[in-house]
Amino acid sequence: MRIMWGIVLALLVGSAQAGVVDVKLDNGMRVIVQEDRRAPVMVSQVWYRAGSVDEFNGTTGVAHVLEHMMFKGTQDVPPGEFSKRIAAAGGRENAFTSRDHTAYFQQMQTDRLELAMKLEADRMANLVISDELFAKEIQVVMEERRLRTEDQAQSVVYERLMATAYQAHPYGRPIIGWMDDLQHMTAQDARDWYARWYAPNNATLVVAGDVRADEVIAMAKRYFGPLAARPLPERKPQAEPAQIGTKRIVVKAPAKLPYLLMAWHAPALKDWEKDTMPYALQILAGVLSGNDSARLQKSLVKTRQIAVNASAGYDAVSRGPAMFMIDATPAAGKTVADVEKAIRAEIDRIKREGISEAELARVKAQVIAGEVYQRDSLFYQAMQLGDYVTAGLPPEALAGRVGKLRAVTAGEVQAAAREWLKDDQLSVAELDPQPLEQKPARSAAVAGGRHAN
Amino acid sequence: MQTNGMPTNWTFMNPMTIVRSLLVLLWLAPLSAQAALSIQHWQTAQGARVVFVESHELPMLDVAVDFPAGSARDPAGKAGLAQLTHGLLDQGAGGLSDTAIAHGLADVGAVLSGRLDRDRAGVTLRTLSSSAEKGKALDLLARVLQQPEFPQAVVKREKDRLIAAIREAEADPGQVAGKAFYRALYGAHPYAHDEAGEMGSVSRLTRGDLQAFYRAHYSAPNAVIALMGDITRSEAEAIAERLARGLPRGAAVAPLPAPAPATPAEIRVAHPSKQSHVLMGSVGISRTDPDYFPLFVGNYVLGGGGFDSRLMREVRDKRGYAYSAYSYFMPLGEAGPFQLGLQTKLEQTNDALKVVRDTLRDFVEKGPSEAELNQAKSNLTGGFPLRIDSNRKILEYLSVIGFYRLPLDYLDTWVDQVNAVDVAAVKQAFARRLDPGKLVTVVVGADRAR
Repeated sequence: MRIMWGIVLALLVGSAQAGVVDVKLDNGMRVIVQEDRRAPVMVSQVWYRAGSVDEFNGTTGVAHVLEHMMFKGTQDVPPGEFSKRIAAAGGRENAFTSRDHTAYFQQMQTDRLELAMKLEADRMANLVISDELFAKEIQVVMEERRLRTEDQAQSVVYERLMATAYQAHPYGRPIIGWMDDLQHMTAQDARDWYARWYAPNNATLVVAGDVRADEVIAMAKRYFGPLAARPLPERKPQAEPAQIGTKRIVVKAPAKLPYLLMAWHAPALKDWEKDTMPYALQILAGVLSGNDSARLQKSLVKTRQIAVNASAGYDAVSRGPAMFMIDATPAAGKTVADVEKAIRAEIDRIKREGISEAELARVKAQVIAGEVYQRDSLFYQAMQLGDYVTAGLPPEALAGRVGKLRAVTAGEVQAAAREWLKDDQLSVAELDPQPLEQKPARSAAVAGGRHAN
Repeated sequence: MQTNGMPTNWTFMNPMTIVRSLLVLLWLAPLSAQAALSIQHWQTAQGARVVFVESHELPMLDVAVDFPAGSARDPAGKAGLAQLTHGLLDQGAGGLSDTAIAHGLADVGAVLSGRLDRDRAGVTLRTLSSSAEKGKALDLLARVLQQPEFPQAVVKREKDRLIAAIREAEADPGQVAGKAFYRALYGAHPYAHDEAGEMGSVSRLTRGDLQAFYRAHYSAPNAVIALMGDITRSEAEAIAERLARGLPRGAAVAPLPAPAPATPAEIRVAHPSKQSHVLMGSVGISRTDPDYFPLFVGNYVLGGGGFDSRLMREVRDKRGYAYSAYSYFMPLGEAGPFQLGLQTKLEQTNDALKVVRDTLRDFVEKGPSEAELNQAKSNLTGGFPLRIDSNRKILEYLSVIGFYRLPLDYLDTWVDQVNAVDVAAVKQAFARRLDPGKLVTVVVGADRAR
C-alpha cells in the first residue's frame, strides 16, 4: 500500500435515518454505517460507481471482467490470497456487477472487519492484472455468459429486448457484455477500466452489523484515507431519445414454451422528496402482481387461464432511466398474442377505472410489513443503502420510502398507468421456441455475436 | 404454494446483476458456539413435534410446518402427486377461495411460502407479531394446513401449470442433467424421480389422489412445527396446539427404504446448449451418518469451499474451464447424493471431465493436506455465527433439527465436531463412502461432446 499523509477529517453529511451514519473522507470516499446488534457479525461492502452503463462499445462487459480480476492479486497480496485470507477468518465474500455499479463484500464476525478493510483498500489502489491470469479469467467469463445467458432462452429475450428498447442509452448493452467483445477483450482493457474508475472518490463503503460507527469510520480513515483521490472522467448523460412508436422483436431459441416480455420506458426516482410518479409506479406493480391473486395472476393465470405465469416489475432506483416490465408465459394452446391482449386489457382497465381502495391498502400493508421483514437481513440492509447511494439518492430517501409509498393515492396510480404505459414507449419481445432437437449452427467458441440459439 | 413476492423487491429484476460465482448453498450447516440459542422442544397433544426459539428483537414471527410429504412419497405411477398436493394447499381452503387467501394474507402484510424436496413438504409463514396481523395470518395458515379443499377446477389448472413447468425445464440443460443424475443414481428408489414428477403421471392425477395423499401425510404425528420470533413460550404452545389440532388424524409414515449403491454409468444426453452440464457422483449419506462431519469438512477442501476448494482451483482458476465447479454431500432422511458438477463449452467437455476425475481421485487417495484441513476448519468454525444471524436462518435450522430428529444440542456441539475432524478421519471416511471408479456421470450437451 502506498503511504499517504496522516489523519483525514471526516465531513459529517448527516442523515435522517435512525442508526445510519453517512460521512465523507477527505479523499472523497463515502462511508455509511448501519449499526445493528442482533448478532456478532457484520457485512462490509465497497461500492464503485462504475457499472456497465459506463462502458463503451467494443469493450462491453469490462466492468464485470474487472470485477473478476479484482481477486487476482496485488503487489502485496498474491493471486488467490484475498479469498484465502477471508475464508481463513471464517468469512464469506463475493462481488457483483450491475448496470450502475460494481460492489465487493465480506460477511464476517465483527472483530474481523479490519482484515476486510485492509484487503479492500489494498486492491482499490494496487491491483495487478497479468496477461496470463487475464487470459484464463476471460474464459471463465465467457463460460458465465454461456451459462447465464446463451443457454437460457428467457435471458436471451431480456438481453435482446433491452438492446431494442434502448437505442442510445448504454442500458441497451448487457452487463456481461456481448460475446464478441469478450472474445476481443485484452488485459489492457481491464487495466484501463481500473485506472479510470477505481479511486476512493468513486467509492462508497457500507458497513452494517454489530459495529460502532465511530470505530468503523476511524478504521476507514486508517485504511482508505491514505489513498489519493483522482479526477474522474466526465460521464455523459446519453439520454435515450423519446420512443415514438411500439417496437417488436421475435427471438428464436431452443425452448419448450413461448414467452412474452413487455417493457415501457418509465421515470426513475431522482428527487425523492418531490417526485411522485416513481412511487405510484411501484404501487401499480404491486396492484398488478404483488400477491398470488393480484390482477395479473387472478385474471390471466387463475380465472382465464391464458398464462401459466405472469408478473410485473419496476425498479425506481437507478442511475439511468427506468422501465416498467411485464412478463408472462402462455398456457398450453394459447399464444403470445392472446397473452399480450389480456395484459393490455388489464392495463386498460386500470387506465379507465382506476384501482380500488382495498387494492391500494393491500399493497401498502405489504410495503409496511416488508420494511420490518427486511431488517432480518443485514446483507439486504447494506445492499439497499449501497444501491440508493450509488444511484445518487441519499440514505434519507430509503428512510422516507415507506412514508412516500403510503402517501400514494388511487388517483395517482391510475394517472401513472395512463401516462407511462403507453404504446408509443412500449417494446415487446416474443420468444419463438425452436425444437430442442435442432442442433446449434456450430461451436460456441466461435459463435461471435450470434447467441440467439 | 405460490411464493408471494413483495411488490417493491422484484426477483424479476435480479437478472440484471451478475455475481462472481454461484455459491453452492450447502444445507449442512451448524449453529454458533458463542451465540448459543436456547432451543425449546416439546410435543403437542396430537403428537406434532415443536421446536421454538423466542426472540423479541424484531416485531415479527416466522412459522414453518413440515411433513414427510416430499416427492419420495409419491406412490408408484403417481410421480408429481406430492408436489401437486403441496401446491394446492393454499389454493382454496377452509371455505376461502385461492383469491380470498392470497388477499387476506397480503392485507396484513403476511407472506406464505412453500418448499418441497424429496423428503419434506413445508409451509412457512412470516407475519408481523402485532396481535391483529398475527391472528389473521395464523388463522389463514391453519386453514391452509387443516382444510385444503382441492377444488376440481383448481386441480385441473394447477396440473396444467405443473406440466408447463416440466416442459419448460426440458429446455434447461442444468435441470435436464439434474433429473438424469438422480434417475441414474437411485434407479428404483423413490429418490430417483424429480420433485415435479413426469408429464404422463401428472396428467393422470385426480382430486381423489390429492385428498388421499393429504390425509396420509399431513397428519399431526408427522408434523414438525418450528416457531421463531416475537412470541412467548405459552403463546408458542397455544399456536402449536391450534395448528396441530385440526390436522388429519393418522399415523406417522413409515421410513423410506435405504437406497442401494448406484450402478456406475456414464450417460450422455443430447441437447442444443452451448455448454455441457456435467454431474458426477454416487449415493452418499443420511443425516445421521457417523461419517457426516469428516465428509462435510473434507468436502470443503474438495469442492465445498468455493474459491477455497481444489475443484474451483483446478477447473476455474488454473484452466478457465468453467464458471462454477463444486461438490457436496446432500444428506437426506436416507442416503442423499454426493454430487460434483461443472458446466463448460462443448468442445472442452472431455478435458474438463479428466481434470475433475483426477482431482477427485487424488483427493480420495491422499486426502487433504494438514494446511488445507486447517483452512477448512478455520472457515467453518469462524463462519459459524453467520449461519444463525437472522430469524430466517434460525427457523431453517429448527425445522431440520425437528424433522431429522437431530439432538437439541446439535448446534452447541457443532464447532467441536468440526474441530475434531483430522486428516486421517477424512481419508477414511472418503475411502468408505466414495469410490472414484464407481461413479455415475451425466453429461448433457450436444451429442458430439463425446
